[in-house]
Order: sequence, then C-alpha cells, then structure tokens
Amino acid sequence: MTPLQIIFIINAVITLFAAIKVVTSRNLVHAALWLILVFFGIAVFFVMLDAGFLAVAQVVIYIGAIAILMIFTIMLTRRVAKDSGAQLNSNWWGGGILALIMFAGITWILTHWQRFQTTAPTIPATTDSVRQLGVGLVSPNGFLLPFEVASVLLVAALIGAIMVAREQKK
Amino acid sequence: MGDPVTFIAKWFEGVLIGWGLEKGPTAVIMNLVGVIVIVAFVMIIDIFLVWVERKVVARFQDRLGPNRLGPFGLIQPIADVIKLLIKENIYPQGIDRFIYNLAPLLGLAPVLLLWAVIPLSPTTVGTDINVAVLYLVACGAFVSLGIIMGGWASNNKYALLGAFREVAQMISYEIPMVISLLIPVLMARSMQLNQIILSQNIWYIVAAPLAAVIFLISLIAELGRAPFDIAEGESEIVAGFHIEYTGMKFGMFYAGELLHALTFGGIFASLFLGGWRGIGAMTYPIVGIFWFFIKAYFMYWVIMWVKYSLPRIRIDQMLNFNWKLLTPLSLALLMVTAILDKLMTNVPALVYNGVLLAANIVIAWITVMILRKRSKKETPRVAEPRPIARPDAIVSTSASTPATTSQS
Amino acid sequence: MIPISWYLIFAAALFAIGLFGVLARKNAIAILMGIELMLNSVNINLVAFWRYLNPEAINGQVFAIIVLAVAAAEVAVGLALIISVYRKRNTIVAEDIDMLKF
Repeated sequence: MTPLQIIFIINAVITLFAAIKVVTSRNLVHAALWLILVFFGIAVFFVMLDAGFLAVAQVVIYIGAIAILMIFTIMLTRRVAKDSGAQLNSNWWGGGILALIMFAGITWILTHWQRFQTTAPTIPATTDSVRQLGVGLVSPNGFLLPFEVASVLLVAALIGAIMVAREQKK
Repeated sequence: MGDPVTFIAKWFEGVLIGWGLEKGPTAVIMNLVGVIVIVAFVMIIDIFLVWVERKVVARFQDRLGPNRLGPFGLIQPIADVIKLLIKENIYPQGIDRFIYNLAPLLGLAPVLLLWAVIPLSPTTVGTDINVAVLYLVACGAFVSLGIIMGGWASNNKYALLGAFREVAQMISYEIPMVISLLIPVLMARSMQLNQIILSQNIWYIVAAPLAAVIFLISLIAELGRAPFDIAEGESEIVAGFHIEYTGMKFGMFYAGELLHALTFGGIFASLFLGGWRGIGAMTYPIVGIFWFFIKAYFMYWVIMWVKYSLPRIRIDQMLNFNWKLLTPLSLALLMVTAILDKLMTNVPALVYNGVLLAANIVIAWITVMILRKRSKKETPRVAEPRPIARPDAIVSTSASTPATTSQS
Repeated sequence: MIPISWYLIFAAALFAIGLFGVLARKNAIAILMGIELMLNSVNINLVAFWRYLNPEAINGQVFAIIVLAVAAAEVAVGLALIISVYRKRNTIVAEDIDMLKF
C-alpha cells in the first residue's frame, strides 16, 4: 500500500458515502450539502489524476455555481423541501435493483477488458497540461468547433432559463 | 544571507533526515510544518487586524479608538478574543445543529486556504500551482457556501434573507471579478502568481487601471463590505446571516471577514501592484515580505477608506451596477486588451504600456460619456411603489387610483 | 501505483448510485442531483482514460470540460423549469407533474 492508494481509498469511501446520502436523505438541503461533498471528492480525484485545471474548474463550476443554484431552488420551493415524509417513490426497489445490475454489468464487462490493470505512465515534467489544454481549445486543428458550440449552448441555456423562469405579467 | 526562510527550511529538512527519516515522510512533515507556520502567522495578523480596523475607523470618524489597554490599545484585541472565547454558546431553537456549527468554519477556512498560493517573497510561497488565479476564485465559492449554510441553519428569517442577499451579490460580482482577473493573466501569459509578479517590470496598474478599478469594486462586493453591505444591513435585517451566532462562532465569521479583506488586498497587490517587488527584493528575498505587506496593508486601508466613506446602496442598485455597467465594461476591456496585446508582440515595454493606458483612458471616457447621457434622462429608479406597503396609499387608493397611475 | 481499475470501479459505483437517485426519488430537484452524480462519474472515467491511456493528447480533458459546460446549461434550464412548474402547479414531485399541457 502506497500513501497514494490509502488516500484513494479514504477519498473513495467518503465520496461514495456522501453519494448514498445524496440519494437517500430526506431533507433536501442536506442532500444538496452531501452533493457538495461528492463534488469536492471528485475534485480530489482530478488532482490525483494530474488534471489540476479540471479540479479547480470542478470546484468553481459545481460547488460555486451548480450546488448554490440548487440550494437556492430548494429554498424557493420551500414547502416541498420541508416535507420530511418519504422522499422515495413507490418503485424505489425497482430502481435499486436496476442500479445494482448496472454496477455489476459494468464491472463484469470491465474485468474482461485487457488493459484493466494498466498503471499510469509518467508524464514528463516539461509538459504543461494547462497550456496544452488552452492551445487545444482554440486551435483549429484541435477542439475549436466543439468549444464554440459549447459556448453557443451556454448562451442558449442562459436565454432559455431566463425566459422559462420569468414571471409572466398579466 | 538575505533569505532566512529557505535557509531555515533547508536546515529543518537536514535535521529531519539526520534523525533517520525517509524522503517521503520528511516531505509530509515539512509541508505540515509549513501549513502550521503560515496559518499561525496569518491568524496572529488577524487578531491585530481588529485593532487596525478600530483604530482607522476611529480616525475616519474623528475619535481616538481603543487606547486604554496597553500601548495604543494594542492589548485590546486580545481582551476581545478572550471575551469571545468565554462567552456562552447559545443554540437557538429549531436550528440544524451540525450545519450551524460547520458554517463558521467555512467562513474562515477558505480565507486561510487563499494564503497557500500568495507569494510573500520570491522564495516564500506555499505552493506555486499553475492554476493559482482560478484557485483564488474557487476559494470564494466556499465562502459563499459557508454563508448560505449559516443563514439556513440558523432558522431565522433575517439570517436567511441576509444569506440570500449575500450569495446573490457574491455570485453576480464573481463575473466582473473573474473577467478583470483575466487581464493580468493575459498580459503575463500565466496563471501562476509568481510568474505574474515576475513579469510586472512595470506594474500592471499602469497598463490596466480600469481592470484594477473593476477588480477593486468587485472584491469589495465579494467581501460584503460597505457600500455593498446590504447582506448585513443593520437597519434592515439586523445583522444578516450571522445574527444567531454568539461567542467564538461569531468571532470566526468576523475574523474571516477581516482577514478576507487583507487577503484580497494582498491578491490585488500581487496582480496589479507588483506583489513583493520593490527595492532590494530580488537580491534579498526577505525584503520582499516587507514590500508585500506594505502593499497589502495599503489596499486594506483603501478598502476601509471606501467602507467608511460611502453609504449603503440598495439591492436593485447593486444588481444594476453589476449587470449593466461592470460586466459589459469588463468584457469590452478584456477584448480590447486582448486585441492590442496581440498586435503589439514585439514593441518596447514603454510603448506597450503607453498604448494600453491610452486605450483604458479612451474606454473610461466613453463610459463616462454614456453614463452622463443616461443620467440626463430622468428614469424612475425604483419599481412602482406597491400600495400595500404604504398606509397612506391604502387609505387613498379607492379615491385616487387614476392619480397614482398618471404620476408614473 | 493505482491501476486504472480502481477509478473505473469507483466511477461505476457512483454512476449506479446516481441512477438509483434518478429512478427512485420523488422530488424533481433530487432527480437532477442524481443526474449530476452520473455526469460526474462519466467525467472521472474520461479523465482517468486520458491519464492512463493517452496522456500526450488532450482529448479526455476537453471532453470533461464540455461535459462541465453541458452540466451547467442543463442545471440552469432544469431548475428554471422546476421553478416555473412550481409556480403553476405548486408541486415539484415528479409523479404529480403528469399533464402534458397546462
């Protein structure tokens, strides 16, 4: 056991526990706070995978924007959030079985994959993955078009969200 | 011998290895000790920030400030801390206890995290990560999280209202802040703070004064200090999100706020005022710490100056100011800076800075012209007053409904 | 060293938990949270494949960034829809929102 492996196991256990709390806790605000812990755990995994930019972007976007937005919405629909009755629908056992089958199936398929036990190749110290990423996103040979399409999607979502949530004047 | 920090670190590492420790555990211990030293150093500064704040506000208001305990009242903050520590912890009814206790931690911890990437001198920097500027923004996310948790868990409508206001403000002002942060990043071609400082042969405030002003305004809003303190407006919602907190839990929110101001002062200094750069800082790195703190305290003083000079603005003014002025202005500024920067790849530094300064002045002039044109038109700044809130209107609505509509 | 299998199994577990959340929760916001969990697990997989199989190219990280952008857009529109439904129907329980037009 290397220290990195111990960190991985601790982080994975915390993240999975938080994820289970997200889907089972009755109080929705608590669920949102557990969700933040999941996001943070995933940011830690990104750091372990040498993707520093993504880790920080994960914190900025998911915790700073998405989770806060969700907490806002939960509080704006407060009467429902305070409802501490059953938060699971009547078919929850079906969902549970399906999720278990899904997990077992994915794992089973993965174990038949030849490179399942690959370990990470070392990245040469000279590569600057942030710079590489930046160049990749704007160079025409790289990912310029998907990047622009993503920005168009964001603008469309911005306008759509405003139009949908707007209070209609009578 | 101008660099005692590195010297002590090397010596300590040597001692640890001399005790027979491996390379790995030594690195872990070194990092832990570094964290403890930086946090302790910053927290001690924090205690005395209370004194600085009270002394400065007293001078602004023509008073003396704390002057009884110790020389110049220097022991006053320690007495305050002892008072906060021995106060009773009051738990209001119906609170969410775990979140209630967690929120003050999230009010202070992210501010301490910020010090991990701020370079105090060329060699004294916690960790020089290559996404430092984004990291600064990410820590801000945790602060707003702590505020909304505190406001929600307190089970108090004023606390919740204050938290909503504060978070709405922080999320809105994050946008001009990030865009104005991008301008120094663009000019230094790096997100590493030390790299940004090293490339400031001429301080960036010369080449990007408007970005500095936008950053200053949005950082004051991010701090929730006057004139942007609608979140804790004493006359409206008592104290905002920390209304139900007593003792050291309130103290942590308070310490977090003060330290956040100084930290933002340090970040501003690093991005626009050349950070640790100054006379002798290159040859004797220890001098850099001195310069850094001079600049950080100067910016802290500017923030206090604004705070104690301007009255509080309304929430609609706050949002309009952000979305209708700061965000478009910062976007325009970023585009102009990027284009000019691309055009001037091989020009001397003096020309580069001069052209950018001129561009900034032109943009500022255009903005002022547009604002002046708008200010001449008298527009109703507030929504039509709702009759329910005004007793006199309720009495007269049935009689004079046409009159009120014709006024608007 | 950590083999890639750990990350993949972790991501699969997270995906299954998110799937359970989507299928079993009543509240529309909670369903959205489940979708977020699933998107995050996909991100972990993308970045792990990038790091372990092809660290020279940048494709995995770019995919993850696009997933981030899509997730942000999805949450903004989804929450706006939820608020709009709440205003009209006074409920955000997914089972009760069963009319196609109102």
